[in-house]
Amino acid sequence: MSRFTTEQRDILSASLTLSTAVGVFAIAFGVLSVSAGASVAQTCALSLLTFTGASQFSAVGVIAGGGSPSAAVGGALMLAARNAIYGLAVAPHMKGSLGKRLVTAHFVIDETTAMMSAQNDPERRRFAFWWTAIPLFVLWNLGTLVGALLGNSLDASAFGLDVAFSAGFVAMLAPHLARRRGRQAAALGAVICLVLIPFVPVGLPILASGLAIFIGVRPDEERR
Amino acid sequence: MSWGVVLWLSAGAYVFKALGFVGLGSRKLPAALERCLLLIPAALLAALVVKDTFSTEQALVIDERSLGLAVALLCVWRKRSLVFTIVAAAATTALVRAI
Repeated sequence: MSRFTTEQRDILSASLTLSTAVGVFAIAFGVLSVSAGASVAQTCALSLLTFTGASQFSAVGVIAGGGSPSAAVGGALMLAARNAIYGLAVAPHMKGSLGKRLVTAHFVIDETTAMMSAQNDPERRRFAFWWTAIPLFVLWNLGTLVGALLGNSLDASAFGLDVAFSAGFVAMLAPHLARRRGRQAAALGAVICLVLIPFVPVGLPILASGLAIFIGVRPDEERR
Repeated sequence: MSWGVVLWLSAGAYVFKALGFVGLGSRKLPAALERCLLLIPAALLAALVVKDTFSTEQALVIDERSLGLAVALLCVWRKRSLVFTIVAAAATTALVRAI
């Protein structure tokens, strides 16, 4: 560890803690994905290639509930759209050839953006990005594989794993609720979804809840 | 699940990642659009939580999952770790189901 500076060690310990938590979350994903009817190979492919947790959970949840493939992909892609915004935030700090940036893009997700934004020095930003991206990618995929292999022999509902989705989402939601606009969007999204559930096919309420983002059109007068 | 779902989802998710990071680079989006896009996680995550907790296919239900969600909210409010939150919520629901 001596080749790392104190700041780098702080970043490493934060990223390893985060990656461990994400690894546990990935086990739940693997189990639930297989329970929803995906094969082990499909489940692992989702984690390797899609590599953006909330979208994967969303897609699997819609399929498990009996929704159509297009509703599953549509809702999941709406969630994935936020990574485009993260890309805008990360891009100024990650220069390089086009080829290198096309590879880097795959790792632009919630956690890497958050860890990078917490740093204020260019060198440390890049360090935080990659030292979050690599352990996270490894543990997310390892956890998925373990969960997928367990999935066939494990009753997900007996272990309450169906609640792991919601519990993880609540934790991811928390930082967005610090701002008034975030709270309004969350409340509106939840209400739209609940009201539509009995009347429209599974998966569509999630898509429709996306309409709640349009409360952002007008600037927020209040600071918080 | 079909391989189509896996491939469309993966391709689409990558396009979004690359769009912001490689495509737009350091260009600015219109402020109103950026404000809206930033609200996507709040709106969709909240919707996913209520769907996964209070519905079974098209029926609205209140069952053991509600208690798990209550525990998760409590954990997040008390600033517990992500692992603790997930395990506590899942264990609560599992326990109530077992009784």
